[in-house]
Amino acid sequence: MEITLKNVTKIFQAKDKSETVAVNQFDITIPSGKLVGLLGPSGCGKSTTLYMIAGLLDPTDGEIFFGDENVTDTPPEDRGIGLVFQNYALYPHMTVRQNIMFPLENIKVPKEEALERAQAMADLVGIGELMNRKPKQLSGGQQQRVAIARALVKKPRVLLLDEPLSNLDARLRLQTREEIKRIQRETGITTIFVTHDQEEAMSISDEIVLMELGIKQQVGDPQDVYDKPDNLFVAKFLGTPPINIFEGEVKGGKVMLNGVEITKLKVPDMNVVVGIRPEGFKVVEKSDFQLPVYQVETIGRDTTLLVKLNDEGETYRIIVDAQYRIKPGDVVNFDVLDSKIFIFNPESGELVN
Amino acid sequence: MLEKQSNFRAWLYLFPALGLLALYTFYPLFNAFYLAILKDFNVLNRTFSGYSLVENFKIVFNHPDFKLALKNTAVIVFVSVPISVIVALFISVALNSIKKFQGVFQTIFFLPYVTNAIAIGMAFAFIFHKDYGLVNMFLGWIGIDPINWVNSEPGNVATWGRTMFALIVYTVWGGLAFKIMVFLSGLQSIDKQYYDAARVDATPRRRVFTRITVPLLSPIIAYITITSFIGAFKAYRTIVGMFGPTLGPAGARPSDRLVTIVAIVYEAIDNGATGKYSEAAAASIVLFLITLSFTGVQMWVSKKRVHY
Repeated sequence: MEITLKNVTKIFQAKDKSETVAVNQFDITIPSGKLVGLLGPSGCGKSTTLYMIAGLLDPTDGEIFFGDENVTDTPPEDRGIGLVFQNYALYPHMTVRQNIMFPLENIKVPKEEALERAQAMADLVGIGELMNRKPKQLSGGQQQRVAIARALVKKPRVLLLDEPLSNLDARLRLQTREEIKRIQRETGITTIFVTHDQEEAMSISDEIVLMELGIKQQVGDPQDVYDKPDNLFVAKFLGTPPINIFEGEVKGGKVMLNGVEITKLKVPDMNVVVGIRPEGFKVVEKSDFQLPVYQVETIGRDTTLLVKLNDEGETYRIIVDAQYRIKPGDVVNFDVLDSKIFIFNPESGELVN
Repeated sequence: MLEKQSNFRAWLYLFPALGLLALYTFYPLFNAFYLAILKDFNVLNRTFSGYSLVENFKIVFNHPDFKLALKNTAVIVFVSVPISVIVALFISVALNSIKKFQGVFQTIFFLPYVTNAIAIGMAFAFIFHKDYGLVNMFLGWIGIDPINWVNSEPGNVATWGRTMFALIVYTVWGGLAFKIMVFLSGLQSIDKQYYDAARVDATPRRRVFTRITVPLLSPIIAYITITSFIGAFKAYRTIVGMFGPTLGPAGARPSDRLVTIVAIVYEAIDNGATGKYSEAAAASIVLFLITLSFTGVQMWVSKKRVHY
């Protein structure tokens, strides 16, 4: 089921009549059968967008389509969606089986069939053995699966997940995100999930949608968005450790950083913001771009160097191969990979290279 | 040393409450058991002729009004409490679902709680008045002749069924306020996401109520039900409020009076110049045992049915 949002806007009005624009003229098409991550910092309107797709919130303006069908005024129960809440919202007084069967009973599926479908769905998400337990007797990850099974059992057209991993511990999070990917692939259901964790979004999404202050920033394949950020926000938001941001200038077609040319760019002379990914630096024998290292973080696979342009300035992180045995205090010669350099307009934040 | 000192302070702070409890709750409690086993106790010179475990209880069981009191108490308990719990539940759910004027309605429904029971009883006696009451006025609009609910006229004294009906209406109404308040706060503490989830899953309203609201509210429903039953077993004030100390319309047949077990207690205390204190104590212990065993059964049932 392809989902299209046209010009969707949501304005919340507080009691004192002050207005907050949570989602601002949002346009997007979510392709059928894909796993799409709605990504952004908290308060960016991503959950609001999800709940508008679910029908639990009404857009102030704009239209929502499921395929060709305009569902803007369709109540949530008629949209054919499955929704997994952030804290799962499992009914605490019902067993796992009763929780999963609940949506089927509502639409009067015969008991035998409902039991079978609930069991099949529980098996799919890997909790088939726990049918007689109450939610309280389950771990966070198991509860999460029950919630997914409950959302999927009525065969919805769309699966929506609100921050599906935020209540899980780090190890369970890794495991569950693979699980979500697997379930999505096996069922082929169009799935939208909301997260503020870029790693989570990038690791399992077929496509990510980046939002900030209610406005869509960029949409695309995670790797494409990472490699070609449209603006400074996107570049800063994606990547751990985050991208290094420098103040630089363009002079006669050369991009100068700290008085050193790091790349060429054919634009009129101007001040620019230069972003370089931590992995965009190469240690070389000799170069003009020298930086003193004041701290080294070793994790085995690679090494993170903490550098500063000058004593007061910001700290930057550079990831280098572990083979270089660099010690704090060393001055290292770097070369910068052109593909990892992003030049932004300092006013608009738009990418210029 | 420090611990000892704070211990002393704790006792110091507890003293006023413990002192009052000891004087007005614990002492009377034990005293009642003591009085109940005294034979021929005279409260004026505090004399008695001996001890007996059964004597006073025999007197209570053979009291001419005892069976009537049991019947009346049972009717009040088993009719008024379930009705008032169910009505309060529906009103609370309705109140919880409206947005406008919620505060206004909440205040209106809470008013009976801060109003004197005797005053409300008098008001209800008037509402049910044969000639001037609201009830008969409404009935008159749909062509029903005035019914003598609670009054006594020569040759026409309100019967047990009618006075009991009026009393139950009053008891139900009087009990709503507190129940609604507690239910509302319980409803407001239920996570809204359960309702969103139910909505997404196309749950019919009735099923939302029976499968989600009631189970999630069940600890509070159990609490309210048990405390209401205990309160209803002690019914007396409401009857005095409506009918005065005669506990029925003037001239009512003895078997038509709305005597309750607590009424037997008070009437025994009030009996003659010296009062029958031992009998009163025995009657109150009978009521205590009935209430205790009934509450025990309820706790046992609620353990199986309530989802904590």
